Amino acid sequence: MWMLEIPPFTLFFIGGLIAALTQGKLRGAIMVAIPVISAMHLWTVPEGIHLQMTFLDYELVPYRADKLSLMFGYVFHIAAFISIIYSLHVKDTVQQVAAMLYAGSALGAVFAGDLLTLFVFWELLAFTSVFLIWARRTSRAYHAGMRYLIIQVLSGVILLVGALFYASETGSLAFDYIGLDSIAGWLIFIAFGIKCAFPFFHNWLTDAYPEATPTGTVILSAFTTKVAVYALARAYPGTELLVYIGAAMTCFPIFFAVIENDLRRVLAYSLINQVGFMVVGIGIGTALAINGAIAHAFNDVIFKGLLFMSMGAVLHMTGRINGSDLGGLYKTMPKTTILCIVGAASISAFPLFSGFVSKSMVMSAALENGYDWIWLMLLFASAGVFHHAGIKIPYFAFFAHDSGLRANDPPRNMLFAMFIAASLCIAIGIYPQALYSLLPYDTGYNPYDATHVLAQTQLLLFSALAFVWLNLRNMYPPELRSTNLDVDWIYRRAIPNVLAKVFAVIWQADGALRNAVTSRLSQCQRFIASKHKGLGGLLSGSYPAGNMVLWVGVLLAAYLFIGFVSKLTA
Amino acid sequence: MLAHLPILQVIVPLMAAPLCLFLNRSKLVWLFALLVSAFTCANSIFLLQQVMSSGTITYQLGGWDAPWGIEYRIDELNALLLLIISTIGTVVLFAAHTSIQKELAEDRHTLFYSLYLLSITGMFGIVSTGDLFNVFVFLEISSLSAYALIGLGKDRRALWAAYQYLIMGTIGATFILIGIGLLYQMTGTLNMADIASRLAEVNQTRTVFAAFVFLIVGVCLKLALFPLHLWLPNAYAYAPSIVTAFLAATATKVAVYLLIRLSFTIFGIEFSFSSLPLQNLFLVLGLVGIFAASTAAIYKTNVKHIFAYSSIAQVGYMIVGYAIQTPTGLMATLLHLFNHALMKSALFLALGAVVYRIGSAQLSQFQGLGRQMPLTMAAIVVAGLSLIGVPLTVGFVSKWYLLVAAVEVGMWPVAVLVLLGSLLAVIYIWRIVEIAYFKPPLPGREPVQEAPWTFLAPIWALVLANIYFGIDTRLSVQVAQAASQSLFGINP
Repeated sequence: MWMLEIPPFTLFFIGGLIAALTQGKLRGAIMVAIPVISAMHLWTVPEGIHLQMTFLDYELVPYRADKLSLMFGYVFHIAAFISIIYSLHVKDTVQQVAAMLYAGSALGAVFAGDLLTLFVFWELLAFTSVFLIWARRTSRAYHAGMRYLIIQVLSGVILLVGALFYASETGSLAFDYIGLDSIAGWLIFIAFGIKCAFPFFHNWLTDAYPEATPTGTVILSAFTTKVAVYALARAYPGTELLVYIGAAMTCFPIFFAVIENDLRRVLAYSLINQVGFMVVGIGIGTALAINGAIAHAFNDVIFKGLLFMSMGAVLHMTGRINGSDLGGLYKTMPKTTILCIVGAASISAFPLFSGFVSKSMVMSAALENGYDWIWLMLLFASAGVFHHAGIKIPYFAFFAHDSGLRANDPPRNMLFAMFIAASLCIAIGIYPQALYSLLPYDTGYNPYDATHVLAQTQLLLFSALAFVWLNLRNMYPPELRSTNLDVDWIYRRAIPNVLAKVFAVIWQADGALRNAVTSRLSQCQRFIASKHKGLGGLLSGSYPAGNMVLWVGVLLAAYLFIGFVSKLTA
Repeated sequence: MLAHLPILQVIVPLMAAPLCLFLNRSKLVWLFALLVSAFTCANSIFLLQQVMSSGTITYQLGGWDAPWGIEYRIDELNALLLLIISTIGTVVLFAAHTSIQKELAEDRHTLFYSLYLLSITGMFGIVSTGDLFNVFVFLEISSLSAYALIGLGKDRRALWAAYQYLIMGTIGATFILIGIGLLYQMTGTLNMADIASRLAEVNQTRTVFAAFVFLIVGVCLKLALFPLHLWLPNAYAYAPSIVTAFLAATATKVAVYLLIRLSFTIFGIEFSFSSLPLQNLFLVLGLVGIFAASTAAIYKTNVKHIFAYSSIAQVGYMIVGYAIQTPTGLMATLLHLFNHALMKSALFLALGAVVYRIGSAQLSQFQGLGRQMPLTMAAIVVAGLSLIGVPLTVGFVSKWYLLVAAVEVGMWPVAVLVLLGSLLAVIYIWRIVEIAYFKPPLPGREPVQEAPWTFLAPIWALVLANIYFGIDTRLSVQVAQAASQSLFGINP
């Protein structure tokens, strides 16, 4: 029915164009239809290279489908579909168009078969998504968006340089296993790492996501980091360094998440934590681990989306998002509460919820390959996730002390979108074989054996017990309005302050030096001019013609001098 | 007839220029000038085809043989330059009639076309001749008419800018003349090929070396290489828009051609790069130029100034490619020559359209134009993306080859700096986009209309060329490759 060569992103880009030109119900209908049509199309697409062209001297493959990219293609369609429904009530054309183009760029990136195409979509991801942040139209959002954009574009530029080195080393731009044994490999690795929110590169995420619009954050959380996970899975499977980076990513956000007040920022930290599990899986690199990483990415898009949606609903209805301002909302927002708890259960990997079936794959793989310490870290991280995402989010938003807010459940489209996501979470949790059959490798893994279920349930129960005990003893970090310092303090405060001071000194010195030199120079000039009155004052400084002439003279003299010197030395 | 193509390229516009004065009716002269430049355009395409298929063409003027008579010599490099100049000259001229009605007094229209043709003649002459003194003559023809063209502008600052350009241009030309004189003294000939063959005996003398330095400095002045760029911004900003579009796309290119011709063909690579540390000098000057000019562009409030400074930065890229001193580097330079002509003419023509409608090129006046002149502003955005070097535009192709060339010889810091320089371009393009698209229209101004089609047609032709040659790179890359290989003496 459709031509096979049409890459999936085209439909979304066309959709973005239509969204820019239409309004109201028509726009809504078209926007919902596009991911559905595109997904039906994608379902029929077989593996293989579907589009190829020659550009400059390189083979470009803008459209390559294999199990890995198809898997991400499917989940991106689901995410796009859910988040479009979730944002149907939004009247803002900028957001709608940006969302379509952003989803399209993510699809373009995962189906890119060469580094140049990847670079194009990599940068498009940045440029389209930043509008979802700016659409909040606050000055905080504007600045956060700017910082986000700068870091993202930088990542793209590093990718391009890496691709360039890669092309000059291997003579090809193919986007396949790259590995870390060349400068090119490292550059591309760093580029991916920035987008993947590696430790110390992660601040764009926790900085910008919570500043986006309620609907924008849902869309943002689905694509950028997952594209990076995909890229890592494609180019660096089995790179041991990733195991340690990933383990660090699972652990350090927990501490920030526990003390953070802004609940969407808590989720942003937990996003890093979840991505950490995927990175560990890619780093281990066995069939089971890669499967786990990908399955976890798939599930994470859905349950993290669900959690962001529920917090978005709270923000949308109450206008607040700080844990200290919220509480007691379960009375008036019962449906949102239940859906949020489903999301929380999934992210905490309760048996029968989707997180359980994928996270355990990564952890089993870690044990099987002798990464015992890593396994312990992951275990700690799992407990931490349960703490900050599984309990903290629903507890402080919907229960805890009664804040006196009496907001209703959100509009129907938002509830419906959350409902779809929640159903998927449960469905995958109960019947994981459907998900497993899509994975690149066939490992015959079964998550529901006694040890797994028991271990996980124990972990969760004790962790819940800890929370209850800490809360009763008033030892749990209270929700406070505070600014928590993260690494971004270095580039948002420390470096500017130091630079400002350094530059103040430099400018002072520079000013003094300039004054001295210019006064000397003008003295010289005046002297020369007085000697050359006969020339009609050509050298007497009639700016800027005189200035330029001076430069010509200086340059001529310099060239001659350099030439003679180099001749003498030769 | 076919054998006379090289001279027709020069002689036809030269003869047509005074004829303009007889026609004396604005529209008629315009059509006539357009016809003439369309002819040169077709002629240059023929020439390029001939050169690509059967190699260098030589033409003896008046039948006098080479070292005594004047010889015209067209190889791949010349043909490429001829094509650039004639095509841009024609496309830009298409919008001239509309544009100068607002920007020039009625009685100066005929003069304008006459000068325009003279200027283009001069450039053709420089590019096609094989005689060094002839180069100087044509250089003066094209420069003098360019000074007058700039001075035609209604803005009184135009006169001042033209005067400064005159002083600087004359100094540059004088340096070149001194260089030519010294060479003549040492070799007794003015034919380029002849000089090249005789230089080998005398190239250790100080006179030849001084000649080389005079020529290089003179050419650097003409091509506005930092720090000799100060004449350019004002000349571009206050000239009539059409003149800016034409000069920005061609004038500095001709100077780059001259630089390449002098150092590669006449003095030879070995002498050029060993007697002066040209590689390091030009790398540094080129890179400093990129950063200094791009930074200056960020802070300018007149959009013509912004793009004028960006032109200086782009010259920096070409010089960096030249200084890398490999066939790939030179190829990047030649590609950028071609590509930059496409983007800058599109940008300045679009600016001309804006000036035509709102009478100013001040950035603050651009508020709300994104909605009111959608096609013109879209053209600025696309050409701006090309300037930045976004994939699928020509800007990307030349930057890519420049980067490849830098990486090939292991100059990765240069590659990084070039990329960072491109990021500066993002900033100044973004400033324009931000004001045009995200600010409400100026209060109290009548709604601005879209530019007339006589503007839109050439603008979009150029913009589409920007995209077309960004995707189908066969023509540009092939010619540039052939030219750079033949300059390096590699037989493909």
